[in-house]
Amino acid sequence: MNWYAIKAIYHFEMARTRRTLMQSIFAPVISTSLYFVVFGAAIGGRIQQVDGVSYGAFIVPGLIMLSLLTNSISNASFGIYFPKFTGTIYELLSAPVSMIEVVMGYVGAAATKSLILGTIILATAGLFVPLEIAHPFIMLFFLVLTAVSFSLFGFIIGVWADNFEKLQLIPLLIVTPLVFLGGSFYSASMLSPFWQTVTMFNPVLYLVSGFRWSFYEIADVSIGVSLTMILLFLTACMAVVWWIFKTGYHIKN
Amino acid sequence: MQAIVSIRNLSKTYAGGFRALKNVSLDIQRGEIIALLGPNGAGKTTLISTICGIVNPSEGQVLVDGKDIIKDFRATRALIGLVPQELTTEAFETVFGTVSFSRGLFGKAPNPAYIEKILRDLSLWDKRDNRIRTLSGGMKRRLLIAKALSHEPSILFLDEPTAGVDVELRKDMWKVVSALRESGVTIILTTHYIEEAEAIADRIGVMTKGELILVEDKAALMHKLGKKQLILDLKHKLETLPATLNEHDLVLSEDGLQLTYTYDTQGERTGITTLLDDLRREGIGFRDLQTTQSSLEEIFVKLVEESR
Repeated sequence: MNWYAIKAIYHFEMARTRRTLMQSIFAPVISTSLYFVVFGAAIGGRIQQVDGVSYGAFIVPGLIMLSLLTNSISNASFGIYFPKFTGTIYELLSAPVSMIEVVMGYVGAAATKSLILGTIILATAGLFVPLEIAHPFIMLFFLVLTAVSFSLFGFIIGVWADNFEKLQLIPLLIVTPLVFLGGSFYSASMLSPFWQTVTMFNPVLYLVSGFRWSFYEIADVSIGVSLTMILLFLTACMAVVWWIFKTGYHIKN
Repeated sequence: MQAIVSIRNLSKTYAGGFRALKNVSLDIQRGEIIALLGPNGAGKTTLISTICGIVNPSEGQVLVDGKDIIKDFRATRALIGLVPQELTTEAFETVFGTVSFSRGLFGKAPNPAYIEKILRDLSLWDKRDNRIRTLSGGMKRRLLIAKALSHEPSILFLDEPTAGVDVELRKDMWKVVSALRESGVTIILTTHYIEEAEAIADRIGVMTKGELILVEDKAALMHKLGKKQLILDLKHKLETLPATLNEHDLVLSEDGLQLTYTYDTQGERTGITTLLDDLRREGIGFRDLQTTQSSLEEIFVKLVEESR
């Protein structure tokens, strides 16, 4: 294992975060705070409790997931896309590094950034609503698993994209709607039976539901099903990444 | 002695069907400088990219220090440094940071003293904390060399190292290359500048249309394929050449004051003595004489034209 290479990629990516601190950390924190102000304080006060939890507190896990997912994807996709765009990927391809090392460097850094962000948002949420975490270790496990899985997904998008438009296409047109319609701001039980069935096809529902369970022990689906779904997603992403490196898809001629 | 790079029947066909390399075989000896010459699209960059792992070969095999570049990619790539043709650098990273990154990527423990040495050797130490985007084109080129040398490679590939570089900097670059060779590094360079190959290479390879049409020791190549000319400045104007001189390959200048004699350096006899005797017999005197040898450029153009 080329540990120095993993460390080099990881540090390089983290240095990029430090250079773009406003964009990487502060901007998502500010936008999430606005959600709390609008939905939690302004509108939330007029909404009844959901499953015994105040509306402001109810949306905290969903908002963290929203930031975690979108930032994991954008961090990792940009991390691998930019060397392709500038041409500096030649160095990565000619270095004695394997698939697993490249992925550990890029995905590790992207997941770290997302976890830092998730933690900051959680702390920010504590300023607006009373928070309680029933199962902190499961909450942390979900946080790490989601950050890693969606960073892998972002890595795939970054490899697939051959222009900036494609880089934004999946996060904006697919991921964001899935997060908004995956129970981030409501419980699936509040929907009509037909839409409840439709929502079950949304993979983000399982993440938000499981993550919320770790806070308040309330969920749309059981915690076991949530964990299985995220592990399946992780496995699928790993399989695609393995195929990318085996075939050199969009990386190597 | 075992070749440090051994290329056997290497071919590359891109997805669109373009054959960039056709059955290329070449042995590169340890410590030599070999220059690959060829027109645009000859396959020089594809050959380098294949050896370095950037392009997958379609057929054939490459051994680096006796190891296969695909099966033993870790061992072979650790020995190689690559300076790409394009000035592809990060814009916002610092000079020291990017060279340190390259060293780590190639599996070497941090060594700030060694990186300082490289940066000093390449006159970049003063710029160590500068962001790359603030560097000039020549500095970026030297930075790419510093990155390629950061992991102490024993083989260095330079793809058009002096493209777009002014004459002074080009000569500085040649000094860097010569110093590297003296430290034992094997150097493979592609170039459009034939005088560059003439100045620094030990051997010359000529590529065209994906084929390596010739590999020869530089001096032997110029000796074998080069022509020499003897130019005589005449004392008196000559209207026509006397018939007795017809057996010599002579050309009289338009002003009738210069005779040019072309001869083969490979020939058993150059014919110069006979020519001078015949000139004396005809009473043709000369004030001065000089010889010229065909340049590598003329040889290269001739080879490429012949292959068309």
